[in-house]
Amino acid sequence: MPQPAKINDFVLKIATVNGTGSASANGLLMKALFRMGIPVTGKNMFPSNIQGLPTWYEIRASRDGYNARTGRVDVMIAMNAQTYARDLAEVSHGGYLVYDSTWPRDGQLKRDNVTVLGIPLARMVNENFEGSRVRTLMKNIAYVGALCALMEIDRDIVRTLLEETFAAKPKLVEPNFKAVTLGYEYAREHFDCPISARAEKMDATAGKILIEGNAAAALGCLYAGATVGAWYPITPSTSLMDAFQGFCEKYRKDPDTGENRFCIIQAEDELAAAGMVVGAGWAGARAFTPTSGPGISLMSEFIGFAYYTEIPAVFFDIQRVGPSTGMPTRTQQCDLMLAAYASHGDTRHPVLLPADPKECFEMAVVAFDLAERLQTPVFVLSDLDIGMNDWMVDELQWDDAWRPDRGKVLTDEDLAGMQVYHRFRDFDGDGIPYRTLPGSDRKGSYFVRGSGHNQYGGYTEDADEYQQVVDRLKLKWETARGLVPSAVERKAAGRTDIGLIAFGSSHGATVEALDRLAEQGVAVDYLRLRAFPFGEEVEAFLDAHRTVFVLEQNRDAQMRSLLMAELDADPQKLVSILHYNGLPVPSDMIVERIGDYIEQEAVA
Amino acid sequence: MSYIAKPKVSWAGQERNSLGLTLADYEGGLSTLCAGCGHDSITAALVKAFWELALKPEQVIKLSGIGCSSKTPAYFLSGSHGFNSVHGRMPSVATGAQAARRDLIAVGISGDGDSLSIGFGQFAHAVRRNLNVLYIIENNGVYGLTKGQFSASADPGSRAKKGAENRNQAIDPVAVAITLGGSFAARSFSGDKTQLVPLIKAGLMHPGCAVIDVVSPCVTFNDHEGSTKSYAWTRQHLHAAVEADYVPPSTEIEVDYAEGENTDVRLHDGSKIRLKKVDPDYDPSNRARALDFLEAHRARAEVVTGLLYIDEELPTFHDIAGTAKQPLTRFEFEDLSPGADALAEFQKGLR
Ligand SMILES: Cc1ncc(C[n+]2csc(CCOP(=O)(O)OP(=O)(O)O)c2C)c(N)n1
Ligand code: SF4
Ligand SMILES: [Mg+2]
Repeated sequence: MPQPAKINDFVLKIATVNGTGSASANGLLMKALFRMGIPVTGKNMFPSNIQGLPTWYEIRASRDGYNARTGRVDVMIAMNAQTYARDLAEVSHGGYLVYDSTWPRDGQLKRDNVTVLGIPLARMVNENFEGSRVRTLMKNIAYVGALCALMEIDRDIVRTLLEETFAAKPKLVEPNFKAVTLGYEYAREHFDCPISARAEKMDATAGKILIEGNAAAALGCLYAGATVGAWYPITPSTSLMDAFQGFCEKYRKDPDTGENRFCIIQAEDELAAAGMVVGAGWAGARAFTPTSGPGISLMSEFIGFAYYTEIPAVFFDIQRVGPSTGMPTRTQQCDLMLAAYASHGDTRHPVLLPADPKECFEMAVVAFDLAERLQTPVFVLSDLDIGMNDWMVDELQWDDAWRPDRGKVLTDEDLAGMQVYHRFRDFDGDGIPYRTLPGSDRKGSYFVRGSGHNQYGGYTEDADEYQQVVDRLKLKWETARGLVPSAVERKAAGRTDIGLIAFGSSHGATVEALDRLAEQGVAVDYLRLRAFPFGEEVEAFLDAHRTVFVLEQNRDAQMRSLLMAELDADPQKLVSILHYNGLPVPSDMIVERIGDYIEQEAVA
Repeated sequence: MSYIAKPKVSWAGQERNSLGLTLADYEGGLSTLCAGCGHDSITAALVKAFWELALKPEQVIKLSGIGCSSKTPAYFLSGSHGFNSVHGRMPSVATGAQAARRDLIAVGISGDGDSLSIGFGQFAHAVRRNLNVLYIIENNGVYGLTKGQFSASADPGSRAKKGAENRNQAIDPVAVAITLGGSFAARSFSGDKTQLVPLIKAGLMHPGCAVIDVVSPCVTFNDHEGSTKSYAWTRQHLHAAVEADYVPPSTEIEVDYAEGENTDVRLHDGSKIRLKKVDPDYDPSNRARALDFLEAHRARAEVVTGLLYIDEELPTFHDIAGTAKQPLTRFEFEDLSPGADALAEFQKGLR
């Protein structure tokens, strides 16, 4: 049946088996679309497994630049016989399923309104290539070729990409391109090309890049001047340290001696990683650790210690699904409370909430400045969706005039001019004391202790002395409120008393949902939170709206609770929209929830 | 309470080291430990060792975990930066600090509870990384600060103050350090300053991780009959294997030991550790023999002391990491940030 063309507006999903090397084929498709000038996002839905379990990769092309998941699949490349049934069921009406018909499944793969296209990928590849590993890889490249024909993806671009990929091994270009051609020609011969979902050159990717959040965050650490990184491997944070290591090898080797201007330590566990970061921060280095929820649980004792002893430290929490081990390869925003109040006693920490890889880069830099300015642990709360998926974002910018803010650090000259030095006295009324670094003049020496201490740095069990210090820490928290990145408001076209609060990786889906609601005549103002503690603008937004939806990717409405606890927000007006099944939040779901609510309200 | 400034009295004629500093300049706050606590004797030995080596206090960082033992960094070198961390985690903080400032001399003070139970993992990994730190375990066989529970170093058969008998096996930090591939493992007794001071000096000058297990009786909870970490028991069962003397660079001391009984270990800075073997067949460079020796004496209920194992050649934490000689905190920002052009160049590959 003829379908309206979906030009540069489709979802392409590839179902494969983990460990079969499909990542490079999927990357090739993404980049080819990107180079055609079409906005794309890729989302990897992979198992916690090295080989054998089903895995999916979803590419969304959106001429309007939307990057969220939608409930749609226009073209499914089904390469995993184990999941044929569910993959077929997932295809949207009018969509296509492409499968390897070397083993025909005409009987099984049948659905009204879905066109099933069988391509004997294995057979073609086996006839043309030797070796089982090569054949597996070429099968993936062959479906790229088939899609070039079916969806009019530019084959010349694919070729250029292959040449770039194999710049170091040019011999591999021809066989790969041959596989592309096999798929391409088979599709041209046997099917009506192109199909309704297809690509067409446009010009919406100039000045953009494709990058995953963890790599961007690692770049941020590099540019912020971080020198010490300690970590214990955990999905989905591992690629952050891998990337940092890679950047350091490239940019932080002494040109003459080959010595490292960095020190990366693979710790024995997350407790140790936290201790290393705190030790390095105390000694004056910019230090960080990337981890995920389970790691933060283990680090909590040190986080409270660093809060109370006022030592800068940066923690990247790339959130994954909890509780416990949960689903390590799925995404959530479930560590909000954990990060905000990590550790026993009255503790609270600035938390930055990047919405995409670009902000991972920028906020990593901000995090180091804040940690040193405020002398406290700072969290960057990313998640698996941002951290491990390729996002299209504006090219990262760097200002060569930028210099780190090391905060209030006394030099030996400063000390020489002082009668006596006291670690925890508040001279400036902002709750931030002056610190000295180990190795500085004897006059500046002090003793870091997590036990009760007075403003002079001495041990105390005196009620008033103790309280004076924790009250000052509260004052410092107020200072933090004015220093963290403020929330960003996007006003609806018309006046409305309905608001929506979201943050982090929900941003893309939110923007798309609000655009669609606007088309339906529903106006919603949107406030994107970028940090905790909340600034005045958050309070103002709550005050200005009768109903405020709070969209978050966890079961227990953690952000809503934070707003209530920290700003005394009226629970009546805060309406939760929760998504927590481990997949990135789709825009459709937001449209539905808000639509339903407004409809019900109208009836009531 | 561990912050009571000690008046620094100086009087004419007081001996000064090559920096012109007196012993008092190496002291810290007034100890708040029980009178007679072994830990205080170790503190005194540390003061002496630092003074004799004439190290600048600001060149030193002192770190600890939690426990009576871990309080002691407050009682020496008040001119050094100190770090009383959390229970059992001193090694990780020392690792981070060393990563940032490899030019500083790190001394870590821990207890048997701190290092052999809650912090056993961190202890082990500091040793296997050969972190540049002098790692002192003030070992009293109990948790002093939480009032006398057995620690993991309590010997099977030893009795608590209230009479309960420990039936678990004891962990010997010296044997553990040697097994883990440590580069310097020694034991001493808090009451034996003549042995302890040179060992501390040797440990401070050792480039990698120098572990010194110091038996340090807890007079309040573990100094009774039935305890194998009491003053009386330890004195009776001491067995010195190898005595170490520290020889600073370029000062030749007279050889006053019989030929064949001495071994000089030359350190990176030209200084030497001179080993005098009390047991003529003892070889502190042989791991298997050292472990054998420890085990044979343990079976006879003897506490072997001295420098039991040393390997100067083992690569240290920074050798392995390839860290720049210049401390990382001393690099200018310009030497750390690749700049805008590099970022633009890198991003060409992301399209
Ligand atoms: C996480 C944590 N658990 C328990 C304690 C309580 N605690 C304080 S000191 C100590 C034992 C110390 O024993 P040891 O290291 O042998 O030191 P000692 O007091 O014997 O010198 C314990 C269990 C603590 N401070 N932190
Ligand atoms: S309780 Fe024991 S270890 Fe603690 S200070 Fe007293 S004697 Fe020393
Ligand atoms: Mg003890």
